[in-house]
Amino acid sequence: MPELTYREAVRDALGKALREDDTVFVMGEDIAEMGGSMAVTQGLLDEFGPDRVRNTPISEMAIVGSGIGAAIQGMRPIVEIMYEDFLTISMEQLVNQAAKHRTMSGGQVKVPLTIRTQGGAGWSPGAQHAQQVEAWFTHVPGLKVVFASTPEDVRGLLWSAIYDDNPVVFFEHRTLYPIKGEVPEELVPIPLGKARVHRAGDDVTVVATGRLVHEALAAAEKAESEGISVEVVDPRTLLPLDDETILQSVKKTTRCVTAHEAVTRGGFGAELAAVIQHGAFDWLDAPIERVGAKFAPLAFAPGMEQWVVPHADDVLEAIRRTVARS
Amino acid sequence: MTTVEERTGPGGRGVSEEVLRGFFREMLLIRRFEEKVEDRFRAGDLPGFLHVAIGQEATATGVCAALEREDVIASTHRAHGHTIAKGTPVERIMAELYGKLEGCSHGYGGSMHLYDLEVGNLGANAVVGGGLPGIVGAALAFQMRGEKRVAVAFLGDGATNTGTFHESMNLAQLWKVPAVFVLENNGWAESTPASQHLPLPVEELGKRALAYGTKLIEADGQDVEAVYLAMLGAREHAMSGKGPVLLHLRTFRLTGHYVGDPQVYRDKEALKQERETKDPIRLLGARLEIGDEEFAAIDAEVTAEVEAAVEFAKAGTDPPPEDALKYVYA
Repeated sequence: MPELTYREAVRDALGKALREDDTVFVMGEDIAEMGGSMAVTQGLLDEFGPDRVRNTPISEMAIVGSGIGAAIQGMRPIVEIMYEDFLTISMEQLVNQAAKHRTMSGGQVKVPLTIRTQGGAGWSPGAQHAQQVEAWFTHVPGLKVVFASTPEDVRGLLWSAIYDDNPVVFFEHRTLYPIKGEVPEELVPIPLGKARVHRAGDDVTVVATGRLVHEALAAAEKAESEGISVEVVDPRTLLPLDDETILQSVKKTTRCVTAHEAVTRGGFGAELAAVIQHGAFDWLDAPIERVGAKFAPLAFAPGMEQWVVPHADDVLEAIRRTVARS
Repeated sequence: MTTVEERTGPGGRGVSEEVLRGFFREMLLIRRFEEKVEDRFRAGDLPGFLHVAIGQEATATGVCAALEREDVIASTHRAHGHTIAKGTPVERIMAELYGKLEGCSHGYGGSMHLYDLEVGNLGANAVVGGGLPGIVGAALAFQMRGEKRVAVAFLGDGATNTGTFHESMNLAQLWKVPAVFVLENNGWAESTPASQHLPLPVEELGKRALAYGTKLIEADGQDVEAVYLAMLGAREHAMSGKGPVLLHLRTFRLTGHYVGDPQVYRDKEALKQERETKDPIRLLGARLEIGDEEFAAIDAEVTAEVEAAVEFAKAGTDPPPEDALKYVYA
């Protein structure tokens, strides 16, 4: 199987969709000549031209909003919001417009729009370029929310997001762009709403998203050397959520840790914990542990930043805590 | 639904007396519809709340008469007139206000979310300025596919202070998409007068187009013929590839912001004056010399249409409550 970086995998899905389908186009800030602030769209302008690879003004409401209008008229736009912190600027269009048109119109309108964005700590960007806001959007009926953690997943999920008839907020993680991973020769679409079991285990389930999938896998390795068998599940799509796979895993292991980079309080782990306690109450042998960032706007100094966001050791600690409960 | 040329001759420019009488009838239909929904709302028949556009009928009728069926509009919270003028039958709008399955949004939308995709109505919007970026995107889709269509956004003077207005005007001009922004300037942002929300005189609001290098066309919003001809020109310009148009129409809201608004903020004498001198239906009636008898005949016709719409709506189907989840996802 060929290897691609996470960045190349995103680009591969974009290129294939642009190549095969005239209704697809991409737009966003600095995505054309510059190739995007994360270099994801590099080369697309040369292949597809400025009509379909569009630089936009710094106008997040208009970027998302014009994507909505074009989508309603039968296009499949893919818009890029440079940092997920800037999604907050386009919030009205996402939450009041994209998510609601279909219901408000009594089923007349479809909005097949993909909103790609990225964020995450680990490089001292400070508080306005690193936030993880995926949970905010899981509270909005009408949106779908994806957070991909591997090259294979990001490629297959992005394809499904583009061809979903609903608005999909598609989260990528800044620090994952350079990681490499095997991918199928041909793009294989990965259905939205399907979790992935990365590693089977018997004692504890870690449900992790984004960068924390990798931290959880590292923690699982260490735990194994301590005689604890850890199962790692990545929901991949947060909305709609694959409750079944997660519950099945927890019913088997009877213990659970949730892990994401976003702040713990009000984070997606809270929703996971609620789903799990309700769906697997009789199977649980310990309180569900939640791992996430400490509750603070992200500080700049590297030492503070690293202390605020969670790492493999934090997941390992949580695994130990939950196993220690009898 | 007929084309513009079928309605008003070659180029759409033959605004005969017959055409104007057609406009008169439609404007009176809108007026009677809105008076009826006010009445039904006060009687407690209609859930939610309502904004009527009494006094602004000429902008709705004049603009939509200059559009083809395949052109699209996005409306505002004051949407009844636009929706009627774009071609949705009044009984389907009335049924929507009654929350019925037969409504134009099947009971999911209400007064502020009237949709009718079949006639190119992309929906009314309850967020001031919220529909503008979508119209830029619709126009972009037409441009990319080489389709001869325009996308039209209605907005009020209040909306020109929102971020979406500026972002949408800027992007539309930058990409020269076939969009027309129809500014219905009634001088009020809800209860706040232009003097408290605009840094320039209300009559000069169209100047905002200059900031984007956008073509400005202005017309008297109480004169339906002037609105119609201005919109024809705006459509032509937008489709020529030269970019969007800001169509500035000075108009007058002869009622409150919402039905039941006591309008404590408004000078009663000035309002009375406006009602006497700015009513677009009265103005057109005088111009066409429509006498009492002829008026009564037209009035009886449109009133009967509205009454029939009420009966249709009352006899409509209540959507099953659990259907509220039906359209969360496509």
